[in-house]
Amino acid sequence: MSTRLLRYLAPGTVGVVFLLLWEGLVRAFDVPFYLVPSPALVLHTLVHDAPLLLGSLVVTLKITVLALLLSVVLGVGIAFLFVQNRTLERSLFPYVVLLQVTPIVAIAPLIIIWVKDPLAALVICATIVAIFPIISNTSLGLRSVDPGLADLFRLYGAGRWQTLVRLRVPSALPYFFAGLRVAGGLALIGAVVAEFVAGTGGTGSGLAYQILQAGLQLNIPRLFAALVLITLTGVAIFLLVSLAANLTLRRWHESELMSEHQIR
Amino acid sequence: MTNNQSLINNHRCPIAVQVEGAAKTYPSGLAALGMVDLQVREGEFVTLLGPSGCGKSTLLRMVGGLLQPSTGRVRLWPESSTATSRERLAFVFQSPTLMPWASVEGNVRLPLDLTHAGADTEPKIQSALELVGLRDFRTAYPRELSGGMQMRVSIARALVTEPRLLLMDEPFGALDEITRNRLDREIRDLWARRSLTALFVTHSIYEAVFLSTRVLVMSARPGRIVGEVAVDEPHPRTDALRVSERFARWCAQLSDMLADASGERGEIDRDAA
Repeated sequence: MSTRLLRYLAPGTVGVVFLLLWEGLVRAFDVPFYLVPSPALVLHTLVHDAPLLLGSLVVTLKITVLALLLSVVLGVGIAFLFVQNRTLERSLFPYVVLLQVTPIVAIAPLIIIWVKDPLAALVICATIVAIFPIISNTSLGLRSVDPGLADLFRLYGAGRWQTLVRLRVPSALPYFFAGLRVAGGLALIGAVVAEFVAGTGGTGSGLAYQILQAGLQLNIPRLFAALVLITLTGVAIFLLVSLAANLTLRRWHESELMSEHQIR
Repeated sequence: MTNNQSLINNHRCPIAVQVEGAAKTYPSGLAALGMVDLQVREGEFVTLLGPSGCGKSTLLRMVGGLLQPSTGRVRLWPESSTATSRERLAFVFQSPTLMPWASVEGNVRLPLDLTHAGADTEPKIQSALELVGLRDFRTAYPRELSGGMQMRVSIARALVTEPRLLLMDEPFGALDEITRNRLDREIRDLWARRSLTALFVTHSIYEAVFLSTRVLVMSARPGRIVGEVAVDEPHPRTDALRVSERFARWCAQLSDMLADASGERGEIDRDAA
């Protein structure tokens, strides 16, 4: 069997077996649907509640995408500043870490109180969660320049701007994408957590809000359906970021090389 | 030890490199290079030969302006009135140091872009690639090339600005002997054809003799120049030279100097006794 086929077939089989086992066990032991709904019921709910759930998905997706974009713009900008000025980095980096280690659940209520616009509040929360890997990876990447190439640029009298654009930025790209991959997942987590905290406080219609409501109403099938959507969203973000990394790096970077070069 | 013949031959040529009492001691107290005086005239192919860690790379980097000497000074074309000397210089590093994200063409073009060479760069790139035999690999990426080919790209990149002084820091040290010998021949041809001045660093005696018009022997750290051998062999040099008697004599002479410089001779004699 070709390795390519195996790559999709093997995990696919595991998934199908798992779902069949789940369905079989729920039926065999007659588990009530308000405890563990069967996969078939979840699928049915997904279709039946589609208008409601897809509306919520759009809300959560909007928060996630906005937070991710904001993280990239701010994170890369901050990384650029850090690399241009050591003193600035030394003064500010501890506070970036502080932001990272503070649990978002703990500061989200404050932000929701302070920021009037609910969408903006949620985006800020998700950005706080997602921005750290962008800042730390990008600034590490901007500094991880081949010393030989740095000498070469110096030899030809390259200016600060030329060195940044032609040397530092391309050197940083693999690091940036590694950070982006983590940040994509974190933006979604941040969005969901922030929605949870915001709760019924007037804003809610995102997926987290649906989970919260469904839980309170013991509508477990809908809870599962919302959960499935969140998971699929996370996977989709990961795949999109990976695709972007692949398209950018595949001609030259070890991490994205075509399979014939890969170590087995 | 100095061969007067070669000095007389080119003493009218302008001085390209003048190193006066240059030494390098790092802040940690490590003395990388002792006092060195060095003069390279235009059209010479001078090789610095010495054991690992003797400071020959340090000296080369000083000449290239990549490192400041702790004492003494380095001047390029000291007799020239124009202050553009640095622009006439190119450096080939130990490893190819290519930008992995750029094609062969992009890598070769880089010095022209950095120095704002302006329009009409195309023929320069074309001719640099032709010189190293990589015309058909313009669009290839560095990692698609062998080590020897990557080194050629590196050489093309150095030549694209049409430098007059070429500094090379053990450029072929990591290559297999067959490739190294071939690239040695090509470098030698380029030097002759382009009337370059070359300052080359190596720890290979054979490479030093094959390439150079003059070989300077350096002692172990902190490095000093302890000997000099002029290699009076006309160009073009072929592989036949490598098996000639005079080649062996030059090599033996240099080998002796190196052994003296590193104090190994004493140990060997003691072992024999």
